[in-house]
Amino acid sequence: MNTLLDGTAALGRGAIGVCRVVGGLALFALTGLSHLLRPPFYGRMFLRAFVEFAYFSLPVVALTAIFSGMVIALQSFTGFARFNAESAIAGVVVLSVVRELGPVLAGLMVAGRVGAAMAAELGTMRVTDQIDALTTLSTNPMKYLVAPRLLAGTIALPFLVLIADILGVLGGFFVSTVKLGFAPGSYLVNTVNFMTATDVLSGLAKAAVFGFIVALMGCYHGYNSRGGAEGVGAATTSAVVAASILILAFDYVLTELFFAR
Amino acid sequence: MAAGMSGAAPPKIRIRGLRKSFGEKRVLDGVDLDVATGTSMVVIGGSGSGKSVLIKCILGLIEADDGQIEIDGRDVLRMDRRERDTVNAGIGMLFQNSALFDSLPVWENVAFGLMAQRGATRAQARQRAAEVLAQVGLAASVGELSPSELSGGMQKRVGLARAIAAQPGIMFFDEPTTGLDPIMGAVIDGLIVDCVKRLGSTAIAITHDMASARRIGDAAAMLYGGRIVWTGPAGALMDSGNKLVDQFTHGRREGPIQMELRK
Repeated sequence: MNTLLDGTAALGRGAIGVCRVVGGLALFALTGLSHLLRPPFYGRMFLRAFVEFAYFSLPVVALTAIFSGMVIALQSFTGFARFNAESAIAGVVVLSVVRELGPVLAGLMVAGRVGAAMAAELGTMRVTDQIDALTTLSTNPMKYLVAPRLLAGTIALPFLVLIADILGVLGGFFVSTVKLGFAPGSYLVNTVNFMTATDVLSGLAKAAVFGFIVALMGCYHGYNSRGGAEGVGAATTSAVVAASILILAFDYVLTELFFAR
Repeated sequence: MAAGMSGAAPPKIRIRGLRKSFGEKRVLDGVDLDVATGTSMVVIGGSGSGKSVLIKCILGLIEADDGQIEIDGRDVLRMDRRERDTVNAGIGMLFQNSALFDSLPVWENVAFGLMAQRGATRAQARQRAAEVLAQVGLAASVGELSPSELSGGMQKRVGLARAIAAQPGIMFFDEPTTGLDPIMGAVIDGLIVDCVKRLGSTAIAITHDMASARRIGDAAAMLYGGRIVWTGPAGALMDSGNKLVDQFTHGRREGPIQMELRK
């Protein structure tokens, strides 16, 4: 009987813990977003976060996209050759990159680069009293630190993904024409014929959601970090892991929303 | 007994029955303290006695569980956020580790409050930052440096410059000499006294550096067991007649204060 009660109590504590975390995260996100609607707005902080997201992440996202496009072309060719369906490679590359790989890989790369840096910066500010110092200087830390980053993440990632889409398709184009012997003209025609505006827009919508998730996880874990250097390290790890999992989970949800019939 | 009362004049800061617990641990257990206008009050107490929690409760950085904190006769614990921000705009704070913003140059750190609270332009703020840096003995060129390029003593002085930039009526100093050599500690104490006197501010400093306490303070109070157990003039700290204070100020192992050591 006692074992049953202990087990139920542990289950209850776990459920309450999950509710607390989810509730805290939702409250944090809503508070951050609400500050975007009320002045003052810190344009310099937004620009700084935007540059960090969009400009400094460009090299890693670009390389990821190019190599992914190249790999898809190569893999598709070796697989489709068995069914004499090599002509579908251009379509496979463009749909894979634009719908899925562009936003997901860019999101994961940015989570590892910017999300981690964001959590470390805010975590360090927390444990060195810099966030308290902001409050004593009549500045709301949520408005100054969190709101501009949430906006920057949401706007910047679609730009990155647009570039990643182009580079990913070019990677596939390069392998297909140089290595696999496709005619450049017909490959490009096939690419354009296969792609629709919905494919591109759904990828950009995913990117906006993923950018928000990366910024939210970086800010939430950094802002709430405790316990010195160890706490900052844990916050950084949590931000990257949580953002990566949420990106993959939301990718499924959004794909279901956009394409399921 | 409440401390720092001078005649019938109402205190600038009046604290009554302030309580704060973290889980099972009761850190503040009914703190009563008065700080008269223009007085520098030094609060002493052991590590973990709740000195920083006391200041953070006054500033609203930590939410108190119960009690009253009146500033100029108004209970800040019952104010809404906007009123509280208005009160906080009149308070300057020097943090223990200076808490300078790493991402901003020194001059922006110093002038941050001016731009945030008073809408000063960047040019005005920069000029004011140079003036305030001069008041704490730093050249204007220091303003262009990053906080990470400064020594610990210089960081404290920049932190002090940031605290006084908006000419606050109340100032808090959290362990102002911790981590500094004795000479630099005396320099910082001297600057604090100069700034407080020049601005006519009311100040609360928390420290366990007795030399610093006597240099900064007009009045002193000791926090022990979550309460103020003694108040008096800062000059009487070393000879208070209170067993708790005497043990603490003389650093004696034997006495009524039992340190929580694992045997």
